[in-house]
Amino acid sequence: MNPVIETPTIEYGTLAPLLLVFAAAIVGVLVEAFAPRYLRKSIQVPLTLLSLVGAFALVILTVVGGDVPSEPVAMGALAVDGPALFIWGVILVLSVVCVLLINDEGHFVASAAAVPGSADEEEAERSGSAHTEVYPLALFAVGGMLMFPAANDLLTMFVGLEVMSLPLYLLCGLARRRRLLSQEASLKYFLLGAFSSAFFLYGTAMLYGYAGTVSLAGISQAMSTGGALDPLLLIGFALLGVGLLFKIGAAPFQAWKPDVYQGAPTPITALMASGTLVAAVGALLRVFWVALGNLDWNWRPVIWVVAALTMIVGAVLAITQTDIKRMLAYSSIAHAGFLLVGVMATYATPEGNAVSLQAILFYLLVYGITTVGAFAVVTLVRDPGGEAGHLSRWAGLGKRSPILAGVFAFFLLAFAGIPLTSGFFGKYAVFTAALGSATEAGDSLGNWLTGLVVVGVIASAIAAFFYVRVIVLMFFSEPAADGPTIAIPSAGTVAVIAVSLLVTVGVGLYPEPVLDLAQQAASGLFVR
Amino acid sequence: MSSLWLPILMVVPVLGAIVVALLPKGSDKLAKQVTLLVSLVVLALTLVMAFQFTGAPGDRFKFAATYDWIPSFGVHFGVGVDGIALVLIALSAVLVPIVVLASWHDASGVKAADGTVVAPKRSVKTYFSLLLVLEAMMIGVFAATDIFLFYVFFEAMLIPMYFMIGSYGGAQRSYAAVKFLLYSLFGGLLMLVAVIGLYVVAGKGTFMFPELVGVIQDPATQKWLFAGFFIAFAIKAPLWPVHTWLPDAAAQAPAGAAVLLVGVLDKVGTYGMLRFCLELFPDAAKAFTMPIIVLAVISIIYGAIVAIGQTDMKRLIAYTSISHFGFIVMGVFAMSQVAQEGAALYMVNHGFATGALFLAAGFLIARRGSPHIADYGGAQKVTPLLAGFFLIAGLAGLSLPGLSSFVSEFMVMIGTYSSPAFGSGALTVAAIVSAVAVILAAVYILWMVQRTLNGPTAEPVKAFKDLNAREVWVLAPLVALIIGFGFFPKPLLDVITPAVTSTLSNVQVDNPAIAEKGAGQ
Repeated sequence: MNPVIETPTIEYGTLAPLLLVFAAAIVGVLVEAFAPRYLRKSIQVPLTLLSLVGAFALVILTVVGGDVPSEPVAMGALAVDGPALFIWGVILVLSVVCVLLINDEGHFVASAAAVPGSADEEEAERSGSAHTEVYPLALFAVGGMLMFPAANDLLTMFVGLEVMSLPLYLLCGLARRRRLLSQEASLKYFLLGAFSSAFFLYGTAMLYGYAGTVSLAGISQAMSTGGALDPLLLIGFALLGVGLLFKIGAAPFQAWKPDVYQGAPTPITALMASGTLVAAVGALLRVFWVALGNLDWNWRPVIWVVAALTMIVGAVLAITQTDIKRMLAYSSIAHAGFLLVGVMATYATPEGNAVSLQAILFYLLVYGITTVGAFAVVTLVRDPGGEAGHLSRWAGLGKRSPILAGVFAFFLLAFAGIPLTSGFFGKYAVFTAALGSATEAGDSLGNWLTGLVVVGVIASAIAAFFYVRVIVLMFFSEPAADGPTIAIPSAGTVAVIAVSLLVTVGVGLYPEPVLDLAQQAASGLFVR
Repeated sequence: MSSLWLPILMVVPVLGAIVVALLPKGSDKLAKQVTLLVSLVVLALTLVMAFQFTGAPGDRFKFAATYDWIPSFGVHFGVGVDGIALVLIALSAVLVPIVVLASWHDASGVKAADGTVVAPKRSVKTYFSLLLVLEAMMIGVFAATDIFLFYVFFEAMLIPMYFMIGSYGGAQRSYAAVKFLLYSLFGGLLMLVAVIGLYVVAGKGTFMFPELVGVIQDPATQKWLFAGFFIAFAIKAPLWPVHTWLPDAAAQAPAGAAVLLVGVLDKVGTYGMLRFCLELFPDAAKAFTMPIIVLAVISIIYGAIVAIGQTDMKRLIAYTSISHFGFIVMGVFAMSQVAQEGAALYMVNHGFATGALFLAAGFLIARRGSPHIADYGGAQKVTPLLAGFFLIAGLAGLSLPGLSSFVSEFMVMIGTYSSPAFGSGALTVAAIVSAVAVILAAVYILWMVQRTLNGPTAEPVKAFKDLNAREVWVLAPLVALIIGFGFFPKPLLDVITPAVTSTLSNVQVDNPAIAEKGAGQ
């Protein structure tokens, strides 16, 4: 007798945003194959933007329509719950904004296959060819970003991770200027990323050995019955943790970030610094809170060390940087540390956890937006050879271009968490969640968590130093005689900077609507 | 019933700042006039409000207004003033128009006598709109009755001052600005932890100050939270040993900004001690009184001695301020009615006296482009008017009887000497030791006056012009206030007294002033 295989039920309506992005990506590939070269860009740009905006609209529809599923969908593979939808919304907004940056002229190489400095390269540049593949690649990456934090079992999560990462490895190598640096970044990112994926997969295998399932809820359940000190569990959890912490760039797995951020084309850096971080933190939260929720007295001390190290390493090493993109990379490392403080803020009650989750979601939104804005400004400050990366080139920018320098200074103050910027409330929310957790009766870390907040505060003060240093350079130093030129921004870039600025100012003055939104998203916690 | 007075006082300068920032290019003069007008409007409004203020019993905070700001965090836009906050708001409102007048040419660049550019010409509009933003924040920080709102202003007001020092200051401006910002930010961040801790431990779901008084009972928790607040305020005030940013910042800042920095911004530190450290954490405040008094006495003596050795006029004045802030802190923590009234009064008088001193020194410096005392001499014969104002401001700095600072310094010392708060004679000793500073003050002020104003006239000084009308208008009101409140401090004290009484009742020290009143009824 043949075994009966049931038809899997797929909730197409719920998954529509994800499917739309992937479908558009595939159409984009077909366009590359069949459309004539001169038409490609004019097809790809609207296709990409419309699909992302459409996906965002679908997310909004799901939320407004009130049909947020209370159970995992697609046979338990994906969990489209409140937090996942919030993260989707954030990622889609960020990716629309990043696509506007990608769309700007002159970021991507004319022909990636041509050897840098060769006649082929010159030829390709002269003929004006361009890689319109970046659009479908970006769409695949965004699709992976959507899948990664919504995955409800470790295998789906791994697929999401790879779909997100592989296009990014490639995109990193496509910078138009300083191509060797870009290719080096791409290779480094690929090698280290492949290692971390292997760790993730290995950890998945171990946990499967322990629990007999890869679903997050199943692992959590197995722990309540099985031994909590099983070597398979502990090793599996450690390996999985390495894979995830690598993606958010937590110390000691942060080494790739500065190199990759510096080498990659700046719009792609913006996408990685915002979208990837948001997605990875979402996935990390799901693994640690859902699968390992019963083990929190076990993983929290480990994450304590990682978080403290990440904040300190990010803040201290940023001081020694002389390249603006490397500095922002270290700043992103420090911010990953602040987010980890929020990840540790677990409570005994669901209400408490919802407060922590709200804080993290809020932080992700405001940090992502400010980051994209900051990188958009970076794309505008140019030397003859490309972007003026070296910090000394930024001296006196406040005189040459007061508005641009003022906007950038404001973004830096938001990173530093000065009140009346959105960054302040993000930091405040996370620290409050952590201190609330620390003072909860019977908390496994207690005063240690208070200590971590103090470490975070000290790291903030150190970090403020290098943000302020850039402001000093821009405003209090005399401009160099042969200083960089400020590119006339395209309408897209202006829109990106304007949106980022508006959100950073608006949320800094009146954060309540965004907080409410995050609170609604977080109230139901993760579905299992 | 919420009153619109305080929100209006904050909104007017912000609107003014926006208008000034949006003025077309080349309208520098208009920008200055608009700024002066706006600051005078704020001053007029403040005075009208102040005359309506009564220390009548009932709600402690008058002109109170509370609006929801961030309900998710329990944060309100809560404002209101008691007597102490009122006089400090009035101090800010008085100083700003004076500073606007004094800074009329500050953004136009500074050139030394030999033609080298000390500070290049900068945007005039930016300077004056920063000044107005700062005014709104200064009013906000003293008016806030929500601790979170206070923190927001406490930190945010660093940014305009940072740009005023960094963009418009002297040769070392960027070093001084960064040092100022980092010291203050670090203190502020520690305070942030304490603010969050207070919110979490209190569990009230609100940051409104009146609801948080007396909530924290656990002594250990009180001590930690007290420390978080106190370190921030000690850096701000500044108290020895975290004072080193002040001489740099004050010396490099343009004279007008230095007046606001030392005259108002630093008062936020001592005001915060009086309002938040004492009332929220009374037990911790009592437990830490002796170490803090010791730090205060060190500041008093150390600031005075180091001031004597300064060769730079602005640095010298900054060090005298460290000495004066020592007196204020001592008065705050002496826990007696007289000492605290003296401390609150000192905050105002110090603003006038040091403001006048900084501005007079600034006018002298502007005539030569050098802050070094050695570059001057015999200015009195050439510029009698400037010399006269400089002398009066200096005498106010050394607390000569008949000038306003004498009253407050005397009250602080007498209040500390006879404080009933501690049975031991420790406070008496502190008061006696601090009295040495009175002699040191005479040395640092009179020696500076002697070297700059008296003696043979130095060659470059001969070309000096005396004060013009604008400069007289800057100094005359301050000197009038110094002399006026020196003979008749009652209006200020009438306002301050009830506020201090309610502070002390929240701290729960045995207060003979209250006991006497009770007995008399």
